[in-house]
Amino acid sequence: MKKTFRIGGVHPDDSKISAQCAIEVFPAVETAYVSMAQHLGAPATPIVAVGDKVKVGQVIAEPSGFISGFVHSPVSGTVKSVGPRADIAGNMVPHVEITVEGDEWMEGIDTSDTLVKDIPYTPEEIIEKVKKAGVVGLGGASFPTHVKLAPPKDKTAECLILNGTECEPFLTSDDRIMRERPQEILIGGAIMMKALGVTRGYVGIEENKPEAIASMTEAAKAFPQIEVVVLKKRYPQGGEKQLIDAVIRRQVPSGALPIDTGAVVQNVGTSLAVYEAVQKNKPLIDNVITVTGRCLPTQHNYKVRIGTPMSKILEVAGGVPEKAGKIISGGPMMGRAIANLDAATVKANGAILVLTPEETRRRPESACIRCGKCASACPMGLEPWLLNKLSRAGGLQDELEKERVYDCIECGCCSFTCPAGIPLLDMIRSSKAEVMKIMRSRPKK
Amino acid sequence: MDKLIVSPSPHTHGRESTQSIMRDVLIALAPAMLVSVLASGWSALILLVVGVAACVLTEFLIEKYMLKRPVTICDLSAAVTGCLLALNLPPNAPWWLIVIGSVVAIGVAKMTFGGLGQNIFNPALVGRVFLLVSFPVLMTTWDDAGSMFGIVDAFSGATPLGAVKEGLANGLTLSEITADNLTTTQQFFFNVGGSAGELSAIALILGFIYLLCRRVIKATIPVTILCTVFVVSGIFWLANPERFTNPVFNVFTGGLLLGAIFMATDYVTSPMTTKGQIIFGIGIGLITVFVRYFGSYPEGVSFAILIMNCTVPLLNKYCKPKRFGEVRK
Amino acid sequence: MTGTILFTIATLVALGLLFAVVLYFVAQKFKVEEDPRIGTVESILPGANCGGCGQAGCHAFAEGVVKAPSMDGFFCPVGGNPVMTKIAEALGRAVEEKAPMVAVVRCNGTLASRPRTNEYDGYASCKVMASLYAGDTGCKFGCLGKGDCEAVCKFDAIHVDPERGIAVVDEDKCTACGACTKACPKGIIELRAKGFKNRRVCVLCVNKDKGAVTRKACSAGCIGCGKCSKTCPFGAITVENNVAYIDFSVCKLCRKCVEVCPTHAINEFNFPPKPKIEEKPNEENV
Repeated sequence: MKKTFRIGGVHPDDSKISAQCAIEVFPAVETAYVSMAQHLGAPATPIVAVGDKVKVGQVIAEPSGFISGFVHSPVSGTVKSVGPRADIAGNMVPHVEITVEGDEWMEGIDTSDTLVKDIPYTPEEIIEKVKKAGVVGLGGASFPTHVKLAPPKDKTAECLILNGTECEPFLTSDDRIMRERPQEILIGGAIMMKALGVTRGYVGIEENKPEAIASMTEAAKAFPQIEVVVLKKRYPQGGEKQLIDAVIRRQVPSGALPIDTGAVVQNVGTSLAVYEAVQKNKPLIDNVITVTGRCLPTQHNYKVRIGTPMSKILEVAGGVPEKAGKIISGGPMMGRAIANLDAATVKANGAILVLTPEETRRRPESACIRCGKCASACPMGLEPWLLNKLSRAGGLQDELEKERVYDCIECGCCSFTCPAGIPLLDMIRSSKAEVMKIMRSRPKK
Repeated sequence: MDKLIVSPSPHTHGRESTQSIMRDVLIALAPAMLVSVLASGWSALILLVVGVAACVLTEFLIEKYMLKRPVTICDLSAAVTGCLLALNLPPNAPWWLIVIGSVVAIGVAKMTFGGLGQNIFNPALVGRVFLLVSFPVLMTTWDDAGSMFGIVDAFSGATPLGAVKEGLANGLTLSEITADNLTTTQQFFFNVGGSAGELSAIALILGFIYLLCRRVIKATIPVTILCTVFVVSGIFWLANPERFTNPVFNVFTGGLLLGAIFMATDYVTSPMTTKGQIIFGIGIGLITVFVRYFGSYPEGVSFAILIMNCTVPLLNKYCKPKRFGEVRK
Repeated sequence: MTGTILFTIATLVALGLLFAVVLYFVAQKFKVEEDPRIGTVESILPGANCGGCGQAGCHAFAEGVVKAPSMDGFFCPVGGNPVMTKIAEALGRAVEEKAPMVAVVRCNGTLASRPRTNEYDGYASCKVMASLYAGDTGCKFGCLGKGDCEAVCKFDAIHVDPERGIAVVDEDKCTACGACTKACPKGIIELRAKGFKNRRVCVLCVNKDKGAVTRKACSAGCIGCGKCSKTCPFGAITVENNVAYIDFSVCKLCRKCVEVCPTHAINEFNFPPKPKIEEKPNEENV
């Protein structure tokens, strides 16, 4: 009986049409536009100036707060400008623009493929190396990994769970790295376990990835402390809270953090980045991006350096087809629709998905038929129909707080399910932000 | 390429729509409609056609000319109401009876509350009860309308429940009443005088299985209702078998199956959480049994469902789903 | 039969009388003593309970103004000066007349002047759209046209014009309660003085981008050139963050700024049409 989370969930078509495409190294670009907002929290502060020469892996920005991170140059060349540039939503964010010259790497970075298994570092050294390498959560949230690996003194980590579920339809980058580089992922896992001081590790993989399961299970034979757990194919299996519920059967209490259950969850891509950071001294400067969509002539899994414009990626992949309607950064359930295709990739970008208008245009909204399917689908046990009604009424923030709108993980199961086509998540997300702002502004007791 | 489309997530949608769900309900009702037409002939077919037409037309006219808002007949909910209403009437009822019923069901019970999704009471049941109270004679006599193709012979006379109520009121015991009544098997398949939809339990159960497979309804409400009726009537029957009818009889007669599977599970008028649905089902079961045993009407399902419909907003308010994080281990 | 009817009627009448007496005494015993002037003031107020005065409804306003030592800080925008004068009379106090205000949508980026660069397919709410991205045009400051302002207006005074794609205020109905200014996620709507004979001049743009960027996104936007500021004889115009702003308390409605604005971002409202100057015929020797 395969494990899965206990409340809610939906079953979209998994559409893994790019699963058989091996990872290709994306060709070099002419200019890299490196965003300073590569992570959750405050954007990093640039430490280079126009005209500076930089090498691959050189620090070009420093953290500007506790929740912040280092940013390194993904290319070698000359800094052309430091200033605002539009991101995928059209908002201006500080960027460092570098004209590419050659591909010279910083000294000390091991660019070979040799597997390095020994971990001769102390937990503090590991965390420092991860921090200096600018590793962030590559599952999409971009939370600085070094902060997650050092939980507060009053919380104890009991186990590490590597998230290989990749529950979003169309995405296959995690699948490919699990097939192609399983040992590095597991060494990364072992490194993180050492940093956290835990002795149990799990890798959660959805059952629709049999090759990845086989590859990771084989590699895990050398790591008796890490167990591969096969999970049912169900969305959002990869949600942090849902994954913890499925693997160790503990549910994160409302309003609390995952560490309260003793589990620390990291994406398999992050684990790979940790391996490279600690064992190879390589900072996080690239990521595997799935370029996919049924209207694209070919599917790809590219290893792309950060700072590559998305329009360039699509151009190399064969161009944007005429019948494209919406281009999404991420998957169809939680990804962000791109308004500005010239925006450059950031560390946590994992996919570019092209959908036709027929595949994605919303159907007209009709009356709520009170079927309750949204409540059945909600993995957090909330009542989206009620949250939506309270949000649209306006001024009912206290009611919304009572109904735990702050527990919403914005997975999209409710809007996906609603037979009447009501855009439930649109308003719920908006009220969630309002209510959380009010909650944060309250004086702490 | 046209302009890029931008919207908040999610960017894809499941396959269900209001229309597809209503269509599934119509398909699930098809076996029952077929049996009713085969057993009762053209009159049943006319009732169905007139019922659906009257409901759809009422909704169309009210939305277009009175409320002046977009017409929603394409979502098929009015058609479903029409079918259910037709199946709830005696097969030989005059066509104008169902027209009145449709106007009340759609106009009063649905549109005055604001249309689909806003009504408190099940429209088909409101229509039926209105007709029952206004035209008691027409609504409670069944003539042998003649079967279709000689396949099925309908039973003429009062319904079994009606006969029981009358007999008990006249001081007869149950064994005396049932002497010339029918076996359970006959009730199960057909040959029970009853409204068009009661005629075949098996047809209704087929529809139930279809709805379950298509995930249109969960089994919670029907199963709860039937179990409650069975258990409660069983307790009374064990206490006094001459005064109280047996539980199997109770489950298969009086449109309980039709009500439990198709009327009580109507999304709009039933609770949205499992806990609420269980309470709803138990309530309906209890009221049905008490009306049948102690009330002045022989049949209680319609009233039971309408009474429990009133409690649904309260059940929705107090029966919340299990939140994530409430179970620690 | 008749006996039953008579008995029933008699019982019910008796019960009714009993309850009436009990309720009367309870109402008297538990009566809340309130200054009778509060009731008087409340009856003068329009009773819209819109919150435009900043109080929690008309009763709260009445309570507040009666208990306060003066009329300072209390103004009902819906009732305006006539209502405030009546209240002042009722309370035997003096009140200052306030200049009537009106809501102004400071954006003229219509569908024609501000081309759409993408298609928004989400829920029709400005709040949702603004939190999602920079908008469906090249100007991220402009009116989104989804009608959050229209939804909150209690006086039917602001509507999104479907042909122009921006919100438009009906100044006859607007009471300057301020609900739309709070609802607009872009902060485009401002309460400004209605002006002498309802005439006013306003910069219909809040775009803070540099002039070239603004111009590319919208042909009616303010490019921050500063011509208006230099031309204004009264110093009413300041240019900050690449956008001009007219201080309505200083503006004398001379309209010199309107003439010099190169993009026609500055607009005049309710002025009579200027007399046309005949063009001198060109003297050309053929």
